[in-house]
Amino acid sequence: MTISLFPLGWQHYLMGGLLIGTGTALLYVLTGRIGGMSTVFSSTWSFVVQRTFFQQPRFVDSRSWRLVYAAGLILGAFVWWLGFAGGKPEATAVPVWQLLVGGFFVGYGARLGNGCTSGHGICGLGSLQLPSLMAVLTFMATAFLTANLAARWLA
Amino acid sequence: MTNNNIKLGRVLATLAAGALFGFGLSVSTMIRPEVVLSFLRFQDFGLMLVMGGAVMVVVVTYKLAPRLMGRPLLDDHFHIHPSTWNRDTAMGAALFGVGWGLCGVCPGPAIAGLGAGNWDLLWALAGITLGALVQGLRADRANPAMK
Repeated sequence: MTISLFPLGWQHYLMGGLLIGTGTALLYVLTGRIGGMSTVFSSTWSFVVQRTFFQQPRFVDSRSWRLVYAAGLILGAFVWWLGFAGGKPEATAVPVWQLLVGGFFVGYGARLGNGCTSGHGICGLGSLQLPSLMAVLTFMATAFLTANLAARWLA
Repeated sequence: MTNNNIKLGRVLATLAAGALFGFGLSVSTMIRPEVVLSFLRFQDFGLMLVMGGAVMVVVVTYKLAPRLMGRPLLDDHFHIHPSTWNRDTAMGAALFGVGWGLCGVCPGPAIAGLGAGNWDLLWALAGITLGALVQGLRADRANPAMK
């Protein structure tokens, strides 16, 4: 038996990564913006929550384009879905409570730490910032740990 | 170009950039939590290629574009976003990882997945939205004088 690092093939992973990078690069070349994803979850609250935290200029001034960027994400996935995946709806077997509770920590943590997989990962590493590298190493470590413990205890 | 045309151009550029990003997330199958979880459980190392491929393109662009262009095509300056390492960053990143390891969904795929009809991801999206709200409210209470 051979043990494969990529049991499902590797080409689509690399191609997907290059496309994601090209999207981030295009945003930068055309508009000069740094395209992390998690800020939209704080900046959009600034439309309805008047507290000082949400009314910071960095949220209020970027909330419109961040929503457009997020809409683009949905649009791009939609094009892939209809054009390349036959339009069969995606679904997941991960239990609802795990999605909800896990999602809560993802949102809370990404905003407290000022970045997620795209903010610290792609943009932070892309601009060669040491603090982002440390953030990536930190969340990779706790993610590996949690995913493996969850597989053992919750399966 | 008139001012309004440039503004419209920026909106379309942002939409197109997001669309490429979302298309790439879909091609990489990162919009499937199972794929992310199999990476985190060391069963499939594909996500290294996703991250590696994306970072490679962005490193080159962030380095070269300011030097070659001076300013972006549709605006007057390139933004910078310095990251800092402090207790919040460490704690936030650690909690983010716990959540990611539990659900296999990070912010990009949570949004993009909706375009591929993955309604289950609405639960993750709701969780993320709520988590961001609670973080902001707590930060607000800890430091109400924030600018």
